[in-house]
Amino acid sequence: MHPIFALLIGLVFGLGLCLSGMTAPTKVLGFLDVGGAWDPSLAFVMAGAIGVGFFFFRAARTRLAPPSHRLDPALVVGSALFGAGWGLVGFCPGPALAALAWGEPKALAFVAAMVAGTLLQRLLATLAGNDSHFGRRPGAAIEPSLRSAGACGA
Amino acid sequence: MSIDWQNFTPWASLAGGLMIGVAAGLLALRSGRILGVSGYVSGFFEFDDEWTARLALVAGLVLAPLLLGAVGAGAVPDLDAGWATVIAGGLLVGFGTRLASGCTSGHGVCGLSRLSLRSAVATGVFMAVAMATVFIIRHLA
Repeated sequence: MHPIFALLIGLVFGLGLCLSGMTAPTKVLGFLDVGGAWDPSLAFVMAGAIGVGFFFFRAARTRLAPPSHRLDPALVVGSALFGAGWGLVGFCPGPALAALAWGEPKALAFVAAMVAGTLLQRLLATLAGNDSHFGRRPGAAIEPSLRSAGACGA
Repeated sequence: MSIDWQNFTPWASLAGGLMIGVAAGLLALRSGRILGVSGYVSGFFEFDDEWTARLALVAGLVLAPLLLGAVGAGAVPDLDAGWATVIAGGLLVGFGTRLASGCTSGHGVCGLSRLSLRSAVATGVFMAVAMATVFIIRHLA
C-alpha cells in the first residue's frame, strides 16, 4: 500500500469522523444515553458508513478473505470490555487518535492508556501461551479467519 | 426516553458516515485491507512492511482535525471524564479491542458492511455494554 494513498484514506476517514460527531465524547455519550435525553445522530453515521460500505465491500470481495463467522469467548469478553471503556469516556480508537491533533492532555492520556491496554493484552496472551491473536509472528501459521475480520487493520 | 432534538445532527452525521464508508471501502477495494484502527494501535510495535502505510493512515487521521481547525471548522472535543476515568477507559478500550480483534471501525463499519456474523456479535456486545455503562453512570450511580 502506497503511504500517500494510506494518508489520503486516513484523511477522508478523519474528516468523516469529525463531521459525523464521533470525535466529540459528549456527543457519543449523548448517543449512548438511551435512558436520558437521547441523541440518535450517531445511528446515522453507522447507516451512512455501512450503506455505502456494503457496495464497496461487495465489489472488493475477491480482494479480501471471506468474512469470519467464528464466535469465541475472546470476541465477546473483549467487546464487552471495549464497550465499558467507550461508555466511560466516549472515545473509541479512531476518534481518540484524531483527538491527538488538539493536544488535549486527557486525550493524550487516553491514547497512552489505550496503547498500554493492547500491550497488556499481548503480554497476558503470551504468558497464557496463546498468542494466536498475533498471527504476524514470522513463520507462524495464520488462520484465514483471523486474517479477514479478525486481524482488524492487518 | 426522550429525544434530544437540540443536539440532533442527522445530516452532518450521515455525511460523515458516508465519508467513513468511502474511506473504508476504497481501502478494501484498492489494497484489500480492512480499515481497523485498533489494529493500527497495536500494530504500532509490529515493524513489518506495512508499518509505514499504517503510520501514514494514522497521520492522515490526525491531520483531518488540524485542517478543519485551520479553516475555522471543528471544535476541540470536551472530555467530561476525570483523569482516573480517562486512564481506566483507555486501558479497557485498548485491552478489549485487542482481545476482540477489532473496534468500531474494523467490526462496526467493515465487518457489518461485509455481513460478518463475528462482527455483528462484537458490535452488538460493545454497543449494549457501552449503553449499559452510560445508564449506570448517569441514572443509577
